[in-house]
Amino acid sequence: MAAKIITITSGKGGVGKTTATANIGAALAKNGNKVACIDADIGLRNLDVVLGLENRIVYDLVDAVEGRCRLRQAMIRDKHIPGLFLIPSAQTRDKTAVSPSDMVRICDELRPDLDWILIDSPAGIERGFRNAIAPADEIIIITNPEISAVRDADRIIGLIEAEEKGPGQLIINRLDFKMVQQKNMISADDVVDLLAIELLGIVPEDKEVIISTNQGVPISTDDSSLAGRAFCNIARRLEGETVPFLDLEGSKGLLKRFTSIFGSGGN
Amino acid sequence: MQTKKIEIKGIKDGLLIKIGSGKWAKQEKALLEHINSQKDFFQGGRLALDVGNHILKAATLGALRDTLFDSDVKLWAILSDSPTTEKAAQALGLATRLTKPSPPQLRDRPSPAIRGEAALLVHRTFRSGQKVKHPSHIIILGDVNPGAEIIAGGSIIVWGHLRGVAHAGAEGDSKAVVCALDLSPTQLRIADRISVSPPGGKDVQPEVARLEDGQVVAHPWNQA
Repeated sequence: MAAKIITITSGKGGVGKTTATANIGAALAKNGNKVACIDADIGLRNLDVVLGLENRIVYDLVDAVEGRCRLRQAMIRDKHIPGLFLIPSAQTRDKTAVSPSDMVRICDELRPDLDWILIDSPAGIERGFRNAIAPADEIIIITNPEISAVRDADRIIGLIEAEEKGPGQLIINRLDFKMVQQKNMISADDVVDLLAIELLGIVPEDKEVIISTNQGVPISTDDSSLAGRAFCNIARRLEGETVPFLDLEGSKGLLKRFTSIFGSGGN
Repeated sequence: MQTKKIEIKGIKDGLLIKIGSGKWAKQEKALLEHINSQKDFFQGGRLALDVGNHILKAATLGALRDTLFDSDVKLWAILSDSPTTEKAAQALGLATRLTKPSPPQLRDRPSPAIRGEAALLVHRTFRSGQKVKHPSHIIILGDVNPGAEIIAGGSIIVWGHLRGVAHAGAEGDSKAVVCALDLSPTQLRIADRISVSPPGGKDVQPEVARLEDGQVVAHPWNQA
């Protein structure tokens, strides 16, 4: 085994990096993979909360980097999903506690025993971001269909390309199809058109996400939720499967474009 | 004999600095001092470092890269005679050789009947935060996204969407024009005039913007 290392980043805060990391990690583990999620947001720890593992933390990433524990000891096994592990960040330190080469070293040590390593990047373009992308084999850029988030995503893609890690794959999170139809929200097409990178998935706006986040149970374990299914599809696409995009109103161009090509000249 | 501490050369892809022999700590300090003493010059620059015979570990190189990053200098390549150093640089994702030498320049001048002007041709998309500045014309094959800046002494041609900021005739040439397949800049400047795109959508079509009576005016390409 040699894990693939994927960093999830966005530039802007609050677009869903941590939620995506937890849910894609859970979905990959559910499919039988061994997955470690690393919280690289040192000083603002929260991936543990989303995974419902906050009360199990004994050692964290900084402890492992600074040699106060073995890396294994900092890995927390998930309660519900076998094969899912979390390496939490330190809450009492800041981004300078870890360097990009530390991250590379940690990931190299983990790589042989796992299938996937997901790194939850902090917002911003400074040290924390560079720590998070240093070991990445692939980078997922997550954005919301909002001009400000898309602008930051564009900047991030530029930085990733400069680091020769690019161009990365895109997740559009919290798309509200009704709002797109009413022309009150930019569409997935507009976002993809501007950023011009490969689209990995679209996650619809779903109130259930907030509930699951608060409960510490990733929504991708719940098949009845639309957002959960979107995250599962993303995980399957990462595994190399071709999964069609969810048939959702308003995502014209992704599905409907095909129907309009193959349809007999309708509309 | 004491080798000169720092040698700076401009290359196609930023700056190349050659580090002399002698203790690494000393050389590194001299380098950083030099960069900090000329912040304006180095800021935002791309740096390749020729470290000669120094044997350096990844941690050392990584720390240097981070320090340079804090001064807004991007270290992208390490040239070294030591395989250990090369390996360390590669582990950090740094290049270990400069890109292929550019092909010999076309020496042939166009016939006197055709008076060509120098231009910078860039084949890429400019993303938010990226910027290009050139004393003559700039031609871009790609998009210019919001948050990107294109500044030319002459005209600007964008074969793609122009959605960022474009400044043509930046040194006062009021004859400069800006053309794009989709001219929707955040802000358009020609010489000392500044304009913004009118609000609301429009049909995407190639347009040419120029100064007419001191105003920036855009016309569809076939009516310009």
